[in-house]
Amino acid sequence: MIMEDEKKWELRLYVAGETEKSIKALVNLKKYCEEHLKGQYRIEVIDLLEKPQLAEGDQILAIPTLVRKVPEPIRKIIGDLSNEEKVLVGLDITPVNT
Amino acid sequence: MSQNKKKKSTNNHSSLPKTPTGILGLDEITGGGLPTGRPTLVAGAAGCGKTLMSLEFLVKGALEYKEPGVFVAFEEQAAELAVNVASLGFDLHQLQKDNMIRLDQVHIEKSEIEETGEYNLDGLFIRMGYAIDSIGAKRVVVDTIENLFSGLNNQAILRAELRRLFHWLKEKKVTAIITAERGDGILTRQGLEEYISDCVILLDHRIINQISTRRLRVVKYRGSFHGTNEYPFLIDDDGISVLPVTSLTLEKEVSTGRISSGIPALDQMIGGRGFFKGSSILISGAAGTGKTSLAAYFANQTCNDGKKCIYFAFEESPNQIVRNMKSINIDLDKHIKKGLLQIHASRPTLYGLEMHLVSIYKLIRSLKPEVVILDPITNLVTVGSVGEVKAMLIRLTDFLQDEQITVMFTALTLNTSVTEQTDESISSLVDTWILVRDIEFNGERNRGMYIMKSRGMKHSNQVREFIITDKGLDLVEVYLGPEGVLTGSAREAQKVKEQTGRVLHDYAITAKDREVNRKRKVLEAKISSLQTEFESVEEELNKIYLQEALKKDVMEKTRQEITRIRKGEIDSASKPQTK
Repeated sequence: MIMEDEKKWELRLYVAGETEKSIKALVNLKKYCEEHLKGQYRIEVIDLLEKPQLAEGDQILAIPTLVRKVPEPIRKIIGDLSNEEKVLVGLDITPVNT
Repeated sequence: MSQNKKKKSTNNHSSLPKTPTGILGLDEITGGGLPTGRPTLVAGAAGCGKTLMSLEFLVKGALEYKEPGVFVAFEEQAAELAVNVASLGFDLHQLQKDNMIRLDQVHIEKSEIEETGEYNLDGLFIRMGYAIDSIGAKRVVVDTIENLFSGLNNQAILRAELRRLFHWLKEKKVTAIITAERGDGILTRQGLEEYISDCVILLDHRIINQISTRRLRVVKYRGSFHGTNEYPFLIDDDGISVLPVTSLTLEKEVSTGRISSGIPALDQMIGGRGFFKGSSILISGAAGTGKTSLAAYFANQTCNDGKKCIYFAFEESPNQIVRNMKSINIDLDKHIKKGLLQIHASRPTLYGLEMHLVSIYKLIRSLKPEVVILDPITNLVTVGSVGEVKAMLIRLTDFLQDEQITVMFTALTLNTSVTEQTDESISSLVDTWILVRDIEFNGERNRGMYIMKSRGMKHSNQVREFIITDKGLDLVEVYLGPEGVLTGSAREAQKVKEQTGRVLHDYAITAKDREVNRKRKVLEAKISSLQTEFESVEEELNKIYLQEALKKDVMEKTRQEITRIRKGEIDSASKPQTK
């Protein structure tokens, strides 16, 4: 978990155990954030195997699911986040440089 | 212990353990319920009652079988669901508080979701697993999982995951209902029947002749015997009731008990003691021949005997019947107040034939009457063909015979010919067929009644005149004279004529008797005079005999004297005389 002072982006990644897909998703996510949102994001990883009761709150079906809590509105991206462009569009992040 | 063993062994025999749904009739069709620990697919078009049926499965499970259940809703809001079933008298909130039912609403908003790369539905599994484990659920409903297909794009993943989900549900050993939308040409839009193949139930909502009927069919039930027909079902205040309308066997218990028709003379015509208990009676006749009156008499008698009766009226309202029957001295009102009689009036066009049957069936089940009256069945033809009405009545009589309930139908015949269509089509089902008909003669119309048939009892072959007065109904013998059948005033006239004849005849007889008496007296007098005459003649004769005898005696003596004298005795005797 990476904490920053300026928490402009609050992201939550739901996983179920340390599966290949979840690890891949987390690695991808961190990479994009470092690249485009450096210093203004916070990522929270929730393992549903440990806290199954949290699945209902964010309407989680698929694993892995990335939820953008802040800024509103809530956006969700499911899958291993392998397509950078789709993730950025999904999270509505303007790429830093081309 | 021994009981447990027994249970196990019977389960082995039936090979498939079943979970009762608690839905009226469905358990009978499926031979005990849904397959325990396996998913069942309930498919149907929109508005067929899929959600309601699955919810009832959970609620009944919680209330009647103490089995907690989880409802996973992909479609409706949890709050809406609670309101929807509240109209059926189920308190979902209370059940949720008691941890008997858990609602989990799965909301998928396509616009919120972006897909990238590989994923699976572990999230859903975890959610459901958590919900199931938190209340120890035995029953699970997944309401329209197909909504996933519209929410997510990757069909290949979805299909693989659904297959996994159903396997997982089996592993969880929960009895599950999965609902799905009906597809074109296939059972479900997404071909879910590929994944769930243990038990598939199809719901249908059809409109024929502007009248809608809901139907249910068990398409398949692996490893179990089940009814294969389409069964109509009804959704009303008590939820769903399915009618297993055709019983598969003709093995019924029969009763030799009798039940009075309420008219002693009619009872007399059918063996003297009335109808068989649990039999079916048909009264047919033209308009205004008194069919309803006969039926009301039967109802009245039943209630007087302290038994319950339901009167299904398809023509008149309850108040109308009560008022009309007062005019023939029957007070149905008091029976209604006592709760013995229930008049249930509905227009035939209110709903389809099958629905009528279901509602009749339901009412009979809840009231458990001994007598049921349907007046008139011919009105039902307005919502179905003759064949359909017949099929419905067969099912109804089947059911009633099973329950040992006596049923009386009335049927309107449109012409006076006996082989009238409606009569013919149902007369073969009924045990007793009474025909009421008009007899038109001598410028007036009278009612005649006869028994067309009455199975298993000696019945009269006589036509009886059937009269309705303000004192009630009665049967009188019709006069069968040389001019034919006489009824009404003609019969009265004939009676008077007969009576006059009888008086004259009686008078003639007494006159003859007196004549004979007189003759006898004369003869007797003659006989006694002759007797005295004979006595005097006899005496006379006797006198002559005596005289003769005396004469003979004297003559004999004289002759002997003479002989003696002639032998000399006279000499010696005269000698001394001469000396």
